[in-house]
Amino acid sequence: MQSAAASYVSLDALKSNRNALAEPVEAPAHAGCGTSGGEGKASCGTSDGPDDMPADVWNKVKNHPCYSEEAHHHYARMHVAVAPACNIQCNYCNRKYDCSNESRPGVVSQKLTPEQAVKKVVAVASEIPQMTVLGIAGPGDSLASPKKTFETFRMLQEQAPDIKLCLSTNGLALPALVDEICKYNIDHVTITINMVDPEVGAKIYPWIFWDHRRVTGVEAATILHQQQMLGLEMLTARGVLTKINSVLIPGINDEHLIEVNREVKKRGAFLHNIMPLISEAEHGTVFGLTGQRGPTAQELKAVQDACMGGANLMRHCRQCRADAVGLLGEDRSEEFTLDKIEEMEVVYDLDRRRSYQDRVEAERQAQHAAKVEALAATQDAGAADGIKVLVAVATTGGGRVNQHFGHADEFQIFEVSAGEALFVGHRRVDLFCQGGYGEDEKLPSIVTAINDCHAVLVSKIGACPRDELKTAGIEPVDNYVDEFIEKAALSWFADYTGRVARGETVHQARGDASIRQGAFTAAA
Amino acid sequence: MSLKIIADLCTGCSACEPECPNEAISEKKNLFIIDPDKCTECEGDYDTPQCVAVCPVDHCILPLAA
Ligand code: SF4
Ligand code: SF4
Ligand code: SF4
Repeated sequence: MQSAAASYVSLDALKSNRNALAEPVEAPAHAGCGTSGGEGKASCGTSDGPDDMPADVWNKVKNHPCYSEEAHHHYARMHVAVAPACNIQCNYCNRKYDCSNESRPGVVSQKLTPEQAVKKVVAVASEIPQMTVLGIAGPGDSLASPKKTFETFRMLQEQAPDIKLCLSTNGLALPALVDEICKYNIDHVTITINMVDPEVGAKIYPWIFWDHRRVTGVEAATILHQQQMLGLEMLTARGVLTKINSVLIPGINDEHLIEVNREVKKRGAFLHNIMPLISEAEHGTVFGLTGQRGPTAQELKAVQDACMGGANLMRHCRQCRADAVGLLGEDRSEEFTLDKIEEMEVVYDLDRRRSYQDRVEAERQAQHAAKVEALAATQDAGAADGIKVLVAVATTGGGRVNQHFGHADEFQIFEVSAGEALFVGHRRVDLFCQGGYGEDEKLPSIVTAINDCHAVLVSKIGACPRDELKTAGIEPVDNYVDEFIEKAALSWFADYTGRVARGETVHQARGDASIRQGAFTAAA
Repeated sequence: MSLKIIADLCTGCSACEPECPNEAISEKKNLFIIDPDKCTECEGDYDTPQCVAVCPVDHCILPLAA
């Protein structure tokens, strides 16, 4: 674990350099700052949590749509834009728009005061009982405006005590504010870490504002790096869950992210989310203007795969807007603009929210049990020697193949091999359809988006797209309607490998696919 | 001796406001303005004007006379 020590700053160096900021911390250990419970309960068999996760950690994350792939389909999160200021400059960010660490460039949030933000959250939570997480992720850096951020959290904790709080930061101001964070009982923190080598960092961050001056170049990246690592260690030492976001920038930090993964895991990061750089000239970012491109689907997956086994990788992040409302991937913020909230009559009914959440929990358990059962029945179906393919799935939710090809805004991508179907990500397709609504018009772009898949599982598909997909070498599959996705994928895979074995089909590698560019805002 | 914020360039991000040692910066309808009577260009407090150092937009904050 101590290998590759050349390019990053060691723990000890960090502590001695910046000890004015905070007392030294112990290396990653679950000390807890009062928020974590259930210590020592090592049993993992009781719920549908991952086997390798301690029970107290699972309790913290099971309803958090960002952390838990399961919760992601049943619970909602919301961000409020109370923190417009930032203390660093990233080359992938144009501050006319929201912080691109968490949200996408090109979308401007409605700026809110803490009072307005709390009112909005309470209004939304009363309307949407599955809203369980409130995050502050900008539009700048949540810790560059600490007063606004913590004022929001404080008021919210009073008015809606069941809502979980989280924040995202670039980490520069984190060490100085860790104790403040613990005070407000915030147990999820996201840090965007794109490098552990200041030389790399200098290509990503032109400057930071630090100690009353503007610092540039490697010096700036060094300070930022030290603050990030120290902040992460301090959070870990206090038992606060941490998620690391990294933006994959081809040619700048692609391979380097494997080292980032190792370093953040070593310091106790719970999740590592590697997301693609989204870079278009019209966003006006430095990278957009210099023509720095984002990664292709294959490049992204290659780095994600290389990091498997490091900190848990999160593959379902859709980089939604900082003020998005609703279930992940579905943007309901239009229903909750300031004027509309002013008119709403808000009654915060904690009991109603609890009973709703209990119902959802029961349903989720049932769905999970059914999935496990279905999988057990399918395990021995296929015997393919080392073949591994990607399939795209059209689903409206519930973990089943149940959407018409032409209605899909996005596909879930599963990696299938003998005995395993693993969710690896989402692929959005609606943005490719700029003008008309016909299936035919958006078809070529859908093919581009899922071009690395061998098959697409749908509930139904028209004759034309069926032919076009076949021509492109993607098998349209509509005979597993309403099946659980994993089961359907494995059944198709068994059938496919059977055909390959009998010589009816020739197994070929697929090409690369392109990642969608632009903001995820549902058509109103 | 004072700086001013060019309204057309200001994004209203508010980063400058808390950095001013003289509380010279305030918000007016999503835009930020510098009170010329309070601004000292940070002389006596810091080496560089704090608002300029933290502002994300180049040339957004300039000397009043310019
Ligand atoms: S941006 Fe990613 S991490 Fe944040 S709420 Fe959306 S999905 Fe979760
Ligand atoms: S130059 Fe200094 S004193 Fe003047 S407004 Fe800016 S921060 Fe305040
Ligand atoms: S820092 Fe610059 S852009 Fe931000 S509010 Fe102040 S003057 Fe405007």
